[in-house]
Amino acid sequence: MHAQLVSRIGQSILVLWAAFTLSFVLLQALPGDAVLIRFLGGDLGLSPEQIAELRVLYGADAPIWEQYIVSLSGFLTGNFGYSVISGTPVATEILTNLPPTLWLAGLSLAAAALLAITIALTANLTGFAPLKAALENLPSLMISVPVFWLGIVMIQMFSFQLGWVSVINPGPWEQLALPVIAIAVPIAAPLAQILLRNIEAVSRQPFVQVARAKGAAPAHVLVRHILGNALLPSLTIAGLLFGELIAGAVITETVFGLNGIGRLAERSVRFQDTAVLQAIVVISAFAFLLINLAVDLLYPLVDPRLRRDDVKGATA
Amino acid sequence: MSTAPAIPVRRIPALSGKRPPVSVILTTIILGTALAWSLAPDLFSSYSGTVGLPGNQLKSPSALHWLGTDELGRDLLARIIHGARYSLSGAFVAVAVGLIAGSAIGLVAGAAGGRTDTWLMRLVDVLLSVPTLLLSLAIIMILGFGHVQAALAVGVTAIASFARLMRSEVLTLWRTDYVEAAFGSGATFLKVLVRHVLPNALTSVLALAALQFGAAILQISTLGFLGYGAPPPTPEWGLLIAEGRNYMMIAWWLTLFPGLAVILVVMAANHLGHTLERRKA
Repeated sequence: MHAQLVSRIGQSILVLWAAFTLSFVLLQALPGDAVLIRFLGGDLGLSPEQIAELRVLYGADAPIWEQYIVSLSGFLTGNFGYSVISGTPVATEILTNLPPTLWLAGLSLAAAALLAITIALTANLTGFAPLKAALENLPSLMISVPVFWLGIVMIQMFSFQLGWVSVINPGPWEQLALPVIAIAVPIAAPLAQILLRNIEAVSRQPFVQVARAKGAAPAHVLVRHILGNALLPSLTIAGLLFGELIAGAVITETVFGLNGIGRLAERSVRFQDTAVLQAIVVISAFAFLLINLAVDLLYPLVDPRLRRDDVKGATA
Repeated sequence: MSTAPAIPVRRIPALSGKRPPVSVILTTIILGTALAWSLAPDLFSSYSGTVGLPGNQLKSPSALHWLGTDELGRDLLARIIHGARYSLSGAFVAVAVGLIAGSAIGLVAGAAGGRTDTWLMRLVDVLLSVPTLLLSLAIIMILGFGHVQAALAVGVTAIASFARLMRSEVLTLWRTDYVEAAFGSGATFLKVLVRHVLPNALTSVLALAALQFGAAILQISTLGFLGYGAPPPTPEWGLLIAEGRNYMMIAWWLTLFPGLAVILVVMAANHLGHTLERRKA
């Protein structure tokens, strides 16, 4: 078990290192360098000497392998270089922008889970067949909706038409309401699909029949006996959901004018701020690998069936 | 137009004999319309997609302009029709990149096995470890802004899933009796691959391609919305929504309708993918 764990962690570190190297090659080594792109524009009126000085300052004059070593050791110690736009350390930029994005992502994930569970439970409890069919097809609609479009349409509806959410100086919670819904809708879709599929599968298990035979109400059986078992497999798409949350943050922070990592990423692309984007890419890859590692380790703990060596009682 | 049905019914055993389900008809109509729009937009609209009529600005939907007009007096329906080409061609390029590069990686990994397999799959892990949108942003930062650039960036994000699918298909097929029999009767490695493995993997790969096509349209419209795709006055659907956003207080139609076009095409492509997937299973 321990050897397996060590090898699993080692693999993750290898992938992370490869992600760093790839992003370095793509973003720092290939396109000349960001300093030249930004300052050679002419409109700043810098002399070649000043540009050379700037390149030394940003470390862009060193040979590529030396830049690689410097950059790699920087990433290992939490020093991600400097933003060529603001001149501040990238680490500072990320630390100041991280809390609002974490709030946004956390609330969106919670809202998505709530929405998915509501859809799945309602579809299974309703006796009205057309509603059940509509709810079962809802996820395929939700997954096809562009987040940015949903955000704008909601602003039109709830801010301009109905006046429920104020556009000018909204409160801290008020300004998060629409972005959270916009991100949650496409994220709830795969969750709801997994839940619907698993509730059906778990319902056919003998223990559910026992519970029903003992006279438990359908709602009780669904919530107490089936739901927990059906929820577990959604852990396996945690990594996918993380990617969707990041994408959602980039889009909604841009549409709603919120500060955060997503807006920082958007700005870095617009202004060729490679150091910032590289840091965001590598940190995201780190988070993704950490999440997958955690899921792999946690799954046997929350699902006792996977702890035993024999797979007799396990269901896929 | 009035020739025999284009779909050879006998090749779809599940559907032969009875009428195809409504969802299949809808999917065909939506994808067919989008394809026709992108091939011959002028057949479907007498208005221009880029040049507006003076004195015709920001008109709400009417009999003359079914979906209204924008701030330059351009007919929105005409813009959406002319824009179909960008969404579809972009998604086509993206899927082609993902399919060709991904299938090649998966094929080599699955067929070669051993160390080659391990290293190629670690490479796929690296691609998977970066969130899709961030990966395409990184590619765009290198390639620059533009329609083709955005399509290529989306294509790179599709490589990993094609590689994984192709590898698992090859690993399954490699162990089948008929592949062994083909090897036994003296077929070369390449011949087995082309004659037996690829045709059998085709349905799964096509199903994934359809699903990725839907995802690519969504992603390309996102990149277009952020301003990294085709520049104005291109009527690309994401860009239409971005431009309509400036008038969202007074002209709701400018953002609503291009979004509906995206949703319909994405849903149709996804439905096609799922239908193909079920046929395989």
